[in-house]
Amino acid sequence: MEDDPKKNESATNKGVTRRGFLASVGVGAVAVAAGGKVSAQPPAEILKAHDVTKVTLSINGQTHKILVEPRWSLLFVLREKLGLSGTKVGCERGECGACTVLIDNQPRYACMTLAVEAEGSEITTLEGLLDGEKLGPVQQAFVEHDAFQCGYCTSGQIMAAEGLLRHDPNPSAEHIREGVSGNLCRCGAYPHIFKAVGRAAELKGGGGGKS
Amino acid sequence: MKGKNEQIYYESGLPVPETPEPGHQPKPWGKTHVVGKPLPRIDAYQRVSGAAVYPSDVTFPDMLYGAILRCPHPHARVESVDTSDAERMPGVFAVITGKTPEANVKWPYQNGVKTKLFDPICRFEGEAVAAVAADTPYRAWDAVRAIRVSYRVLPFVSDEKKALEAGAPAIHGKDNRVGKPEVYQRGDLKKGFSEADVVLEESYRTECELHTPMELHGCVAKWDGDLLTIWESSQGVYAVQSTIAEVLGMPLAKVRVIGHYMGGGFGSKLEAGKYTAIASLLASRTGRPVKLFLTREETYLTVGNRPPGYMKLKAGVKKDGTLTAFEFESVVTGGAYPARGTGLVDWVVRELYTCPNVRTQRIDTFTNTGVARPFRAPGHPQGAWALEQMMDALAEKIGMDPVELRLKNIPSFSQAQPGNPPYTTTGLKQCLQKGAEAFGWKTKPKVKSSSGETGHIRTGVGMAAGVWFVGGGSPPSTIIVKLFSDGSVNLNMGASDLGTGTKTVMAMVVCEELGVKLDKIQIENADTGTTQFATPSGGSKTVPTESPAVRAAAVDVKQQLLKMAAADLKTDASKLAIVDGDVIVSGNPAKKIKITKISAFKNRGVLIGVGYRGPNPPNRAINPFAAQFCEVKVNTKTGEVEVVRFVAAHDSGRVMNLLTYENQVFGGITMGIGFALTEARVLDAGQTGKMCNRNWHDYKLPTALDVPADMTAVPIDMPDDEANSTGAKGLGEPVTIPTAAAIANAIYNATGVRFTATPITPISICRLAAEQGRKG
Repeated sequence: MEDDPKKNESATNKGVTRRGFLASVGVGAVAVAAGGKVSAQPPAEILKAHDVTKVTLSINGQTHKILVEPRWSLLFVLREKLGLSGTKVGCERGECGACTVLIDNQPRYACMTLAVEAEGSEITTLEGLLDGEKLGPVQQAFVEHDAFQCGYCTSGQIMAAEGLLRHDPNPSAEHIREGVSGNLCRCGAYPHIFKAVGRAAELKGGGGGKS
Repeated sequence: MKGKNEQIYYESGLPVPETPEPGHQPKPWGKTHVVGKPLPRIDAYQRVSGAAVYPSDVTFPDMLYGAILRCPHPHARVESVDTSDAERMPGVFAVITGKTPEANVKWPYQNGVKTKLFDPICRFEGEAVAAVAADTPYRAWDAVRAIRVSYRVLPFVSDEKKALEAGAPAIHGKDNRVGKPEVYQRGDLKKGFSEADVVLEESYRTECELHTPMELHGCVAKWDGDLLTIWESSQGVYAVQSTIAEVLGMPLAKVRVIGHYMGGGFGSKLEAGKYTAIASLLASRTGRPVKLFLTREETYLTVGNRPPGYMKLKAGVKKDGTLTAFEFESVVTGGAYPARGTGLVDWVVRELYTCPNVRTQRIDTFTNTGVARPFRAPGHPQGAWALEQMMDALAEKIGMDPVELRLKNIPSFSQAQPGNPPYTTTGLKQCLQKGAEAFGWKTKPKVKSSSGETGHIRTGVGMAAGVWFVGGGSPPSTIIVKLFSDGSVNLNMGASDLGTGTKTVMAMVVCEELGVKLDKIQIENADTGTTQFATPSGGSKTVPTESPAVRAAAVDVKQQLLKMAAADLKTDASKLAIVDGDVIVSGNPAKKIKITKISAFKNRGVLIGVGYRGPNPPNRAINPFAAQFCEVKVNTKTGEVEVVRFVAAHDSGRVMNLLTYENQVFGGITMGIGFALTEARVLDAGQTGKMCNRNWHDYKLPTALDVPADMTAVPIDMPDDEANSTGAKGLGEPVTIPTAAAIANAIYNATGVRFTATPITPISICRLAAEQGRKG
């Protein structure tokens, strides 16, 4: 259940820094300019808790301009406002990984990411791995190896695997396990998930599953 | 309708209709062509693409979000609820409490106990006190926090033994016993123990385990006039329908419950929850659909658990391995109300091994804790934790191999079921032998190996066996198979697919009979408005219950089709068979006709077959059996345990789909690893009675790094032709029964220390290792 170190790394290297984010959050009010890339812009007005602000989110190559409350999570906006329900909700506190999406190619928990934080980044969700109706290689590998049971953690597992393979096209068995270790599967489909990620590496053109 | 005494836990309290007279049931299959193969799921695309709409994914443009205010105390009286601030908050559409007229309804627990939906007495932490509907979940929670409740905090009790002590707070007005102790007896215990060469006695403890399926519990409720539609994450849509209709006083036909997909249940979604009634009331009051899914924290408190329990087992054995007596006592708690899933703790003691003299006793108690719900093989992993560790200890004491001791005591009939019926099939012997062979049990190091600089890394092996008390399925089940003019098929089934692959197995059964390709089959299931009655998917009975009915429906279609083809082929229907989409004449394969070309079928356009689940054979016991073997590495300095490998041999009748079979076996092992090593509800029993670890950070499930890379399923593929027409027995629960005990036995083998309480944590290992060191 340890956090994937890569995710922490991504939080500091890309987008919003934890320090920058905390600095921007006041008691009862949230600044729109939430550090990182966004802080380069001129200081924004201070919003009250229930005020809405405009954000532009780039999701699966499409631009969405929407009004959000600053406290809304990216997860809430994806599922309940944009209808992208492939991303699942398991805990809303960064423990299970069901909501994993890619932010600038890094797997991130959408429940722990504010929608305003995600502005300026490229967000990829499960739906973004499809080519029309055709499954992406990781999805295809999950089908072949029956790498799920109920299927509810699957979206997050697939996104974690996708993120892993974008950085390491040819992961070792141990790296595969680490790569999905931030994603709980209560049905316990882990052995099939490991096989599927190896197969996905093959389908993507890497080797996969080397030890 | 079935009488109360005939009902097992997954249907208790529910009206269960009889299946109509099933008529002729097909003969058992010999060799199968499709069934048994390792095939990917028919709904795999939906589940990996995001196309599957789980109940928590349902949205409507005008939908509101519900949230429930819950009592923060384990025992309290609600004295007043002030909602005035909450009602004035932006985006808030409704606030309901016990004072709201339409919320003044009764909620049914087991044993006929009913309370108010928002009862003034809260008997466990997390009991519902009020609820809100608002335009976003954020605003709903703002409003919940703005409700002011005055509680009078009452004395509480958290522990099942303390609940029985004099002076313990009385949770339901008298002593805290849930009914009379359950006692089972056979033979003569005194005689049994006097015949034994070795008698051992040990106390065991298993902690409370939480289901925590990935999809949260909840629903979307929507009214269209007097029709209430509920999309619920559920194992049984008909169970939700009957409870909500009863609570809200509605006709069954006006409560439609849909659960096409669901994200895991493990028993915790067999029944309706208060949240569904609350969502329905909020939707009615606001005139809008309401989505009410619990938070993860709420699911830890309010939607069931595997009850914790104290167990004591005394066992007698002769030097030759003959078991002479078992005496077993347990005290468990199903929480604050009569609950399902608190029984069967003693079942493996009664049933698994031949033993003429057995007495068991179980006391269920009320405590101020969350109400239990059946959890994957209720009672069995707990009982196996005791029995299978005891079997190991007995084997050691008489100098016999643990596998040999078990092989020596394999029963051929059920000792625990009334009338001692013989088993239709028992693969316990095969599970033990083939499992041991695949594991290399005989060649295992007899002396534990030690490594590390100071020999503190110890390796050990262990095994355990199991039986599941049901698993043969039973009526009712009604299935409809529709064959369209182009040869594609629609299958209509009421049962939910929990992720076990139910739908895929059913489609394979249709393929087997009608020769239709898997991708031409569409399944409609789990919808009280459009699919047939089914009891909730649980008890490992869904495949053995539904698959014979599916087969009967497919055979019904086939017989109609062959009769039609007989007219075209100018022969008798009894001489015809379906092969690869053609109807052929047996013995003359050149004489054939494509299904889609059959004249009468072309005219008819669609053929409808109905299949009913026939009764089980009388006076027979139908049970799945299991044996699991594992190897562990224990670091006696840090207390860490690494589960290195697992081999699981299971007799669940015919293997219906090798791929999903293996997946379920691994899943059961994974859950058992959690039960053995990490999972336990921690209550602040001394001070507040509140739960301390109500999240996945503090309550640890096995992750990808905690399961062995080396897991092997050894399918004992024994079609049970006497049980039903597909030869299947249940699998989902047996796979987690022996796991924890096998791990405990392996840790004993590695360290020489017997861990009798779950979970075996690094702290407990270090403590016991240190104590052992002091004893020298």
